[in-house]
Amino acid sequence: MLLDLSRLLGKSRNSKNIAKERLKLVLIHDRANVSPQFLDMVKSEIIKVISNYMDIDEEALDIQLTRTKSEDGNSVVPALVANIPIKSVKKSGR
Amino acid sequence: MGEVIVITSGKGGVGKTTTTANIGTALALMGKKVVLIDTDIGLRNLDVVMGLENRIVYDLVDVVEGFCRTKQALIKDKRYEGLFLLPAAQTRDKTAVKPEQMIKLCNELQEEFDYILIDCPAGIEQGFKNAIAGAARAIVVTTPEVSAVRDADRIIGLLEAHELRNPRLLVNRVRADMVKRGDMMSIDDIIDILAVDLIGVIPEDEKIVISTNRGEPAVTDAKSSAGKAYRDIARRISGEEIPIMDVETDEGFMIKVKKLFGLKTT
Repeated sequence: MLLDLSRLLGKSRNSKNIAKERLKLVLIHDRANVSPQFLDMVKSEIIKVISNYMDIDEEALDIQLTRTKSEDGNSVVPALVANIPIKSVKKSGR
Repeated sequence: MGEVIVITSGKGGVGKTTTTANIGTALALMGKKVVLIDTDIGLRNLDVVMGLENRIVYDLVDVVEGFCRTKQALIKDKRYEGLFLLPAAQTRDKTAVKPEQMIKLCNELQEEFDYILIDCPAGIEQGFKNAIAGAARAIVVTTPEVSAVRDADRIIGLLEAHELRNPRLLVNRVRADMVKRGDMMSIDDIIDILAVDLIGVIPEDEKIVISTNRGEPAVTDAKSSAGKAYRDIARRISGEEIPIMDVETDEGFMIKVKKLFGLKTT
């Protein structure tokens, strides 16, 4: 159902979007040179720490190893990108 | 001092050798002194792409083993002033050359040439390590396919690990019609994934096959769109600022004319 909806919206009908999505996923593991378990461990540790200060949507938390331009723009450096949807900030954390 | 540039890709068949031949020839046509080194020992091909296969006497392994002087092994391309080829050995394997020997050879050639272009073999083993050892700059060739982009990503990581920072990306065999209908990753898609700077985009062009059949690089064909794109890359390498040709839009002539006069095209 979800798939059909996105097809209707024309987002993933193009094969290039499929290619892009598949590439992004496979590169996360290629770049990390670590097991998915490793990323899961990092993820659970991050959840543990952040949860001390705010309520987060653990299901929607997305964490990946990627690459980005360094600050001086002269080289490419690995980066850990985490997208953590916050539900609310705990009072004790303020 | 000349510049040593390695042309690499990881995946085979994406156009490293064609790229080396075309950029090298284009640089020579600009009046530069250029030497092309084929490091694909055992599977040499730069000689046939350049149309110089009948003139090989000595090769790269003969040079590093001291069997002949470097000058003796360099094949002068009589068609283009200032262009030379150092062919790979065909009957040996990648272990016949060591990275230190490549560094020494590149240092020697830098004294005499403006550009030393190294055609790297596919793969990430010994041959790759030899090819990148003496290089200061790298061009990573890819095509808009998942396999080639994935391997390019791996190569970029390995180049960084070997202190070859800021490699430039060349996207080969782009088909405007397929990009337009969403069945081929666009240049932006690929740049977004690989996070490196672009040096050029080469459109798919059947003239490449024809020019390879003849052993004459496409840059010498004024009508070849790929040849034009390669000439632009050569100028960028020499430091000129040439805007990257938009192969993806593939606009019709009238649209271009309208744009020229600032008319609405929608």
